[in-house]
Amino acid sequence: MEFAELIKTPRADNVVLHRPFEPAVEGTLCLTGHHLIFSSRRQDNAEELWLLHSNIDSIEKRFVGSLGTIVIKCKDLRIIQLDIPGMEECLNIASSIEALSTLDSVTLMYPFFYRPMFEIVEDGWSAFLPEKEFEFLNALTDEWRLTYINKDFSICPSYPPVVTVPKSIDDETLQKVAVFRHGGRFPVLSYYHKKNGMVMMRTSQPLTGTNGKRCKDDEKLINSTLGPGRRGYIIDTRSLSAAQQARAKGGGFGVEVYYPQWRRIHKSVERFNILQESLIKLVEACNDQSHNMDRWLSKLEASNWLTHVKEILTAGCLAAQCIDREDASVLVHGTEGTDSTLQITSLAQIILDPDCRTIRGFESLIVREWLQAGHPFQQRCAQSAYSNSKQKWEAPVFLLFLDCVWQMLHQFPCSFEFNEHFLVTLFEHAYASQFGTFLGNNENERSKLKLPQKTMSLWSWVNQPEELKNFKNPLFEANSLVIWPSVAPQSLQLWEGVFLRWNRPSKFLDEAQEEMRKIISDNRVLQEKVNYLRRKVAHMETNDEMQEDL
Amino acid sequence: MEHITTPKVENVKLLDRYTNRKAASGTLYLTATHLIYVDASAEVRKETWILHHHIATVEKLPLTTAGCPLLIHCKNFHVAHFVIGQERDCHEVYTSLLKLSQPVKPEELYAFSYNPKMSKDNREIGWKLIDLKVDYQRMGIPNDYWEITDLNKDYEVCNTYPPEIVVPRAASKATVIGSSRFRSRGRIPVLSYLYKENNAAICRCSQPLSGFSARCLEDEQMLQAIREANPGSPFMYVVDTRPKLNAMANRAAGKGYENEDNYDNIRFKFIGIENIHVMRSSLQKLLEVCETKSPSMSDFLTGLENSGWLRHIKAVMDASVFLAKAVKDEKASVLVHCSDGWDRTAQVCSLASLLLDPFYRAFKGFMVLIEKEWIAMGHKFSHRCGHLDGDPKEVSPVFTQFIECVWQLMQQFPCTFEFNEHFLLEIHDHVYSCQFGNFLGTCHKEREDLKIFEKTHSLWPFLLQKKQELRNPLYRGFTAYKELQPNTLPFSFQFWCGMYNRFDKGMHPKQCVLDHLLSCMNQKIKLEDNASELENKLPFLDGPLPNEACFLSKVGCAASKTPMLNTPQDYEGEAPPVLTNGISVGDINVTSDVDQRNKENLANHRDLHLNDSVDVLNSEAKDGKPQHH
Repeated sequence: MEFAELIKTPRADNVVLHRPFEPAVEGTLCLTGHHLIFSSRRQDNAEELWLLHSNIDSIEKRFVGSLGTIVIKCKDLRIIQLDIPGMEECLNIASSIEALSTLDSVTLMYPFFYRPMFEIVEDGWSAFLPEKEFEFLNALTDEWRLTYINKDFSICPSYPPVVTVPKSIDDETLQKVAVFRHGGRFPVLSYYHKKNGMVMMRTSQPLTGTNGKRCKDDEKLINSTLGPGRRGYIIDTRSLSAAQQARAKGGGFGVEVYYPQWRRIHKSVERFNILQESLIKLVEACNDQSHNMDRWLSKLEASNWLTHVKEILTAGCLAAQCIDREDASVLVHGTEGTDSTLQITSLAQIILDPDCRTIRGFESLIVREWLQAGHPFQQRCAQSAYSNSKQKWEAPVFLLFLDCVWQMLHQFPCSFEFNEHFLVTLFEHAYASQFGTFLGNNENERSKLKLPQKTMSLWSWVNQPEELKNFKNPLFEANSLVIWPSVAPQSLQLWEGVFLRWNRPSKFLDEAQEEMRKIISDNRVLQEKVNYLRRKVAHMETNDEMQEDL
Repeated sequence: MEHITTPKVENVKLLDRYTNRKAASGTLYLTATHLIYVDASAEVRKETWILHHHIATVEKLPLTTAGCPLLIHCKNFHVAHFVIGQERDCHEVYTSLLKLSQPVKPEELYAFSYNPKMSKDNREIGWKLIDLKVDYQRMGIPNDYWEITDLNKDYEVCNTYPPEIVVPRAASKATVIGSSRFRSRGRIPVLSYLYKENNAAICRCSQPLSGFSARCLEDEQMLQAIREANPGSPFMYVVDTRPKLNAMANRAAGKGYENEDNYDNIRFKFIGIENIHVMRSSLQKLLEVCETKSPSMSDFLTGLENSGWLRHIKAVMDASVFLAKAVKDEKASVLVHCSDGWDRTAQVCSLASLLLDPFYRAFKGFMVLIEKEWIAMGHKFSHRCGHLDGDPKEVSPVFTQFIECVWQLMQQFPCTFEFNEHFLLEIHDHVYSCQFGNFLGTCHKEREDLKIFEKTHSLWPFLLQKKQELRNPLYRGFTAYKELQPNTLPFSFQFWCGMYNRFDKGMHPKQCVLDHLLSCMNQKIKLEDNASELENKLPFLDGPLPNEACFLSKVGCAASKTPMLNTPQDYEGEAPPVLTNGISVGDINVTSDVDQRNKENLANHRDLHLNDSVDVLNSEAKDGKPQHH
């Protein structure tokens, strides 16, 4: 398909652009296959807008006489408006935008066309290989092994080719366990807690069905991960009743008699369209500036967004608490094990493992626990808060995770190497990007699409030193502690950086960040100066002594 | 010390409101000024000090198997839940605290016994630190239009105004006196702030005694004089900060609001800020929400909404923004009143000044602002804060709201204030503590009668001494920002956890950016000293200084060495505990963390109290009155 077919009017003049915080500006609008480009006639070309079509969540058009207006609502929550003279042009442009922003085929997406202007120092596609991660693990314990049983994605289509499993369990057993687990997602290692050797594993629901089917191999696998006398907790991300209902559809949960060392905790976390609706309501509340205080608070409450944040963060904390404070291993699953399960396992790691709080470590966490673990990004992030489609598979699962991380960053402002901007950037790229990282729903799809060969990785770009500095938190001081966030409602806040970003200018807050950066870097320079002088003086004194000795 | 029958009770438990942790167990002491609880179960001595004046309510709850619970709510939002073994002990502590927290005579207030061992001269200098005349001079007053008059030197114009007031030069004595007869409690229009750039002024007064039709020529002349003192504008605003309905109801009692027809060129406007009773009950509801044990997000947000608290904060802010805009953008003078002109009027006049003038956003300026718009102009601190046993209906968090509005501004403009949140909290504490004379009584005349200037200390020098820890490291200085134009959309207002859940440290960020930056600033001073010391040792410098820092880039800012307060909470929620040893395992760390927390409290912003209290204890011991201990 040629994009040109979709672009009937590639260019319109005398278009007026309205966008947040800037005065309306007149200029020329151009449509390309992947971008909407606006350029004013100013000499310095300062007024330019490059908007990826894939960032467009929805558009609305209306007419007053022959003046058409297109309101574009973006997945990053920004809203812009274009006033286009001429009804035909306006209609053409609107229909082009609509078509180009909802392309069916992944291979037509921009990452397949994007040619980076920067030199690749390290290819992000190969920066976080499971084998490398396993080397670190193997240095600590020899109870685990890598299995290539899924190398052709036949055992579990949503798992990566390589996963970590207990050493004592052979591939044959794994194969049988996979049959017993929803989507073939047999239990795999998610995290090893160095401090006490406890582990966190994740899986999907067991297919017990109504007559309580069991699987000896599944029991063997799960029980084998606990030493004698050890305890473990199975955290089911559904309520007990939801888990019970799942049995009618062939799913269910492990019965404790068969897993005698394990105790089950139900920690209900919402999923799918409930989350999407929550996001839609929240953004609607944030965007409506006509609200009085009561209405704002009641809309904020009714959106339930912060309830979900609290719920998810609490579940992550609980998992971490079991591991660190109870000296118990943890197995996390919900139904499919691709959404709430990953929120919990990844949050628990951030709480427990200081490495995950560095930029590199956080990237690795996202690769391991989200991309390789098979969170269906393409489905979940197909639409954002302005979606009308209401598809069951669209859900801001990843955004909620990022929000929880932001809450922790807010509570532990010196414990993270990255800043809020990094989290916002990840949010943006998960929904629309020039990079291939978040395309596809799992490694299987990514390998079929040949993403590593045909697209650029987000990490290749982020990890360049000149980009990296924008993502660094000046307050960071590495600490090896476990960080326990507060989940009291008073401690959780609306993530302004995402939800109010386009509704209130951030000039004064940015200046505060700048000031903070300055204070810290000034001190650093001063410290270096003192060190330098100290060495100078020491050098001088030794010289003097030497002369005296002579 | 006739109120203290039981100075010491042992085996008292202190419950932690928010967690299922084991209660602390220790000894409770009553001194002349404080309730002190010493936790014996902690490894390190841990003390909780509660100033008697800070106690808002003491409740004896129904007897439990563990003993007799005593619940104390403080005016600084500290809540302490003790359990005392013996009912009799509990009752005695209870009755003592009732009396100690509600003194009847002003002389019983802490300020009259507080002795920081300061020379008489220094004490007097302390009172002269803030001189309102200097502030008027700063505004250029006296000038062609405004003068400082001593018409009120014997409090004949108005007994709740200070002796010196600023009125238009054009207003004759007869006008002033005449106007005072037409204004509730004689609180005539006087100048609050003059915006030098365009001569627009903010003036304040009480409601006119207009009833349904009464007029007063002198009052009309007074307003005209104010308007004409700003020749740049053909009109002036008269802002009634009450809801219209309230103002109309007042007409039946012979009071009310200005009739636009009777005054030349005024634009009259209502800005509905609710009265002290609404505010009192709103705070009550807010505090109930803050105290709820493990509320859901929904409970909390619904409770926050139903309390109406943030709605009131927004109303005060909206009114202040209106004033500031009228003055700056429309170049028009504004006359503000409510009923008596000492609550809502004080709030909006002081906030509008703060928005317009960076001086008031610096330490000294903020002190001036409080002295000028609140203390001098007769905000009834004694009644609003319930310093003495009195009418509970007079108590209202009007000043707390002002402090919160300033905090909300700090959130929006982090680099524009010289001081930080602790400074606001310190002031808020001392408004209730009665430790310093500034906030005693209801007006200047009463403070004179109480001889506070002779017998007590002023708060301000004490705060200035602590400037290092109360300053804002992000402050960009006096000239960086001029007028502030805050966003007053509802989402711009946040719940102030640091105030209303201040003593629930578990809810606060576990690492404090402010503390981190403050220690950076301190470190900077040390480094600069080091550097100059070293430079002096070197005869000359050969080679350039290492700006490029090619070596030792690992050197970090080793500033924040404050240990992190960090323990897991109750993450299991309502469900019966599944984690078998969660609580006990957590506990070992909990206690030490609490110590740490406590130490930090003592080290940071509570030490003024502590030292003072220790002084009091010492001096009492010397006086040979060892009735407690």
